[in-house]
Amino acid sequence: MSVQPGWPIARKLTLFLAAIVALLALVSWGMVTSFAREAAGRTQDNILAASATSIAETLRSEGGQVRLELPYAAFSMLGAISEDRVFYRVAAGDDVLTGYADLDGPNVTPGEPSFATLPYRDMNVRAVSVMRVILADGEAVPITVTLAQTRGGVQGIAAGLSRQAAYLSVAVFLLAVGMSAFAVRASLRPLNTMAQHVSTRGPSDLRPLRRRGPPELMPLVRALNRLMDRLEGSIKRSEDFIAEAAHRVRTPLAIVRTQAEIALHSVEEEAQKQTLRRVIRAVDDSSRSASQLLDHAMVSFRADDLARERVNLPALAEGVADALRPTAEMKDIDIALAMSPAEVEGDAILIQNALRNVLDNAIKYSPAETIVRISVGNGGGEARIAVSDEGPGFGEEPAAHLTERFKRGDKVEGVVGSGLGLTIAEEALSAHGGRLELGRNLEGGGACVSLILPAA
Amino acid sequence: MRVLDPARRVIATAALMMIAGLACAQEFEIEDRRTYPGTGSATLRVISTADLDVIEPFLLRFQAANPEVGVDYVVASSSELNRAIRGGAEFDLALSSAMDLQFTLANDGFAQSYRSGVTDALPDWARWRDQLFAFTAEPAVIVINEARFSGLPLPRTRAELVTMLRDNPDRFAGGVGTYDLRVSGLGYLFATQEARSSDAYWRLTEVMGRLNARLYCCSSQMIDDVASGDLALAYNVLGSYAEQRLDQDAGLAILPLEDFANVMLRTALIPVTAVEVGAAATMLDALLREGMGQGTAEPVLPPLQTRGEADQLPFGPIRLGPALMVYLDRLNRESFLEAWNAAMVQQ
Repeated sequence: MSVQPGWPIARKLTLFLAAIVALLALVSWGMVTSFAREAAGRTQDNILAASATSIAETLRSEGGQVRLELPYAAFSMLGAISEDRVFYRVAAGDDVLTGYADLDGPNVTPGEPSFATLPYRDMNVRAVSVMRVILADGEAVPITVTLAQTRGGVQGIAAGLSRQAAYLSVAVFLLAVGMSAFAVRASLRPLNTMAQHVSTRGPSDLRPLRRRGPPELMPLVRALNRLMDRLEGSIKRSEDFIAEAAHRVRTPLAIVRTQAEIALHSVEEEAQKQTLRRVIRAVDDSSRSASQLLDHAMVSFRADDLARERVNLPALAEGVADALRPTAEMKDIDIALAMSPAEVEGDAILIQNALRNVLDNAIKYSPAETIVRISVGNGGGEARIAVSDEGPGFGEEPAAHLTERFKRGDKVEGVVGSGLGLTIAEEALSAHGGRLELGRNLEGGGACVSLILPAA
Repeated sequence: MRVLDPARRVIATAALMMIAGLACAQEFEIEDRRTYPGTGSATLRVISTADLDVIEPFLLRFQAANPEVGVDYVVASSSELNRAIRGGAEFDLALSSAMDLQFTLANDGFAQSYRSGVTDALPDWARWRDQLFAFTAEPAVIVINEARFSGLPLPRTRAELVTMLRDNPDRFAGGVGTYDLRVSGLGYLFATQEARSSDAYWRLTEVMGRLNARLYCCSSQMIDDVASGDLALAYNVLGSYAEQRLDQDAGLAILPLEDFANVMLRTALIPVTAVEVGAAATMLDALLREGMGQGTAEPVLPPLQTRGEADQLPFGPIRLGPALMVYLDRLNRESFLEAWNAAMVQQ
């Protein structure tokens, strides 16, 4: 099953945040640039105004003549902050007293300096005009002082500040993108942990998720839990159904078998006896399959909630061997036990079940008048119950797939079976953290099945 | 009042020119001219206030390094140089000792911008707008004839000099020389900067006027007259010229004053009318390298001090900046010369 992945949330979020940050950085850079231009322009205006005013302050009338002396400071302050070209003009009306005759300043009223950016010669200049009225020969003469400066310094300062703001914006942008990537990853971490948590669960672990997480994830958790709940219910229902069905089949089968046996004893004709024996064997096989289905359901159920008690393996093996001895004796098969002490921790019923299925298999596939050996032992931190027979063995095929449900080996001609026996044993053992090993009986040439459990 | 060389008298002042803002080609007077043909077709036309015998070693070094460039070197007074460039005369490089006139040329758009590794190495105070570059730092000094001071303690400040001149009218009458500010742009620059720095200037001018001081257009003639004994003292002579004469003329000495010294920057610019801009840039770089003491030989003119040394001087060089325009203003010039006339020319 593959899911077509869309755009990762982390990348989408990071890109989105980056776009926002880029926009903000751009806006703030633009604002800083315009402020810088404004501030630098105002600084120039102020200096120009101060300079022009100080020139105007030297205006005086002497013997009916308007006189002025350009103050040194007025010009040296213009040169203090930048290397801009300077032009000036002092005029009484259209009558130029001194300076650059072709320099036209902005219109001006007395008392208030007025500014303008004007083209002059081959460039733009910032010009200020101030007006002062002088009394000459009893007549009020308005004198205009115009001072102009090129804008290189102002533009240089503004450009420098703008460049610095640009560097800063880029730095802030990079930092913010890095931080948002980190923040996005941190915010998405609960989701990843949850995914990891779910994916590392065992195949039959359908317990609800109990992890704490951000409230945004709770709907997902609840949905998941509901899904698992339903899944668990449906699995349970189907297992219950199988168990119920097997149980219900078993009882009528027992009745059929009893009736068939009675009939076998009462009929005389050999052909009829043959037929009845075949019926009995078929009923036996069906009954065994039903038992195994029941066993399987039971193993699944108990494995989910495994009991942990000390189990004495020799005693358990002896009990299982005793239970199956009558079946074995029907084929004149002897069950030999070789015991040494071994203890495990787990569910005795499950282990019994596993061993019974393995032993049952061994008896089923063994020829008459042979010996099935059970050895119990302990070594290397593992307890081991080995069941070996003198039957046909597992053949040359890899044996591992035989533990799959309803899979049977290739040496089973003439023997009826469900294919569930080894599956049940395997499931019971793996619930305990153990395993089933299928091998060859080195002495008799048959099969050797080992049930391996971690020692207590 | 006596003007030694009336031919060099400048009638139209630079300030008037600036105000007129005219750009028509005008005649200008040249004092000297020498051409140094090169192997190539390019001829670099230089207009300068520096005398040929002072600058020639540099020109020869330049030609040795750039044999393909011919040099046409024209000497003119600072105001004639100013007039020539404003008039649109075609020169590739203009070198002048009149900082103020050079500054207004650049300010009024007669210079073109030039940048190189060499100009970038100049200290900030030695360049303006990448158009005006200082390549020498030359102090104004007082040159004396030692014989005429015999028996008198040498003054160490301007105040002492004023006192000495006032106390010995017989000895110094007619024996003091200085620039005629109405004629010499450099004299006017030194005088205005000094008047800005110290009130001793006006007292000194008054005393010199009372002693019937002789007025000159140029440093070299003042030094000549001090050497010959016609003058006891020449005030505000270009130190670079005086130094060169000390060896030749015994009895000539520079009077060191402790109060302050005006330091003029000789400046170069590439006029907008320049044709051989590449060659002009090469020569400008060579000049600036010598000015920064990185030349191949002993500089012909006093180099710029490095920043560290300049800081040790009580008064740095006259600053390149718009303030230089102030005394070139027609009204300011009129009133300054009026005051100077009143003090100096007391008929």
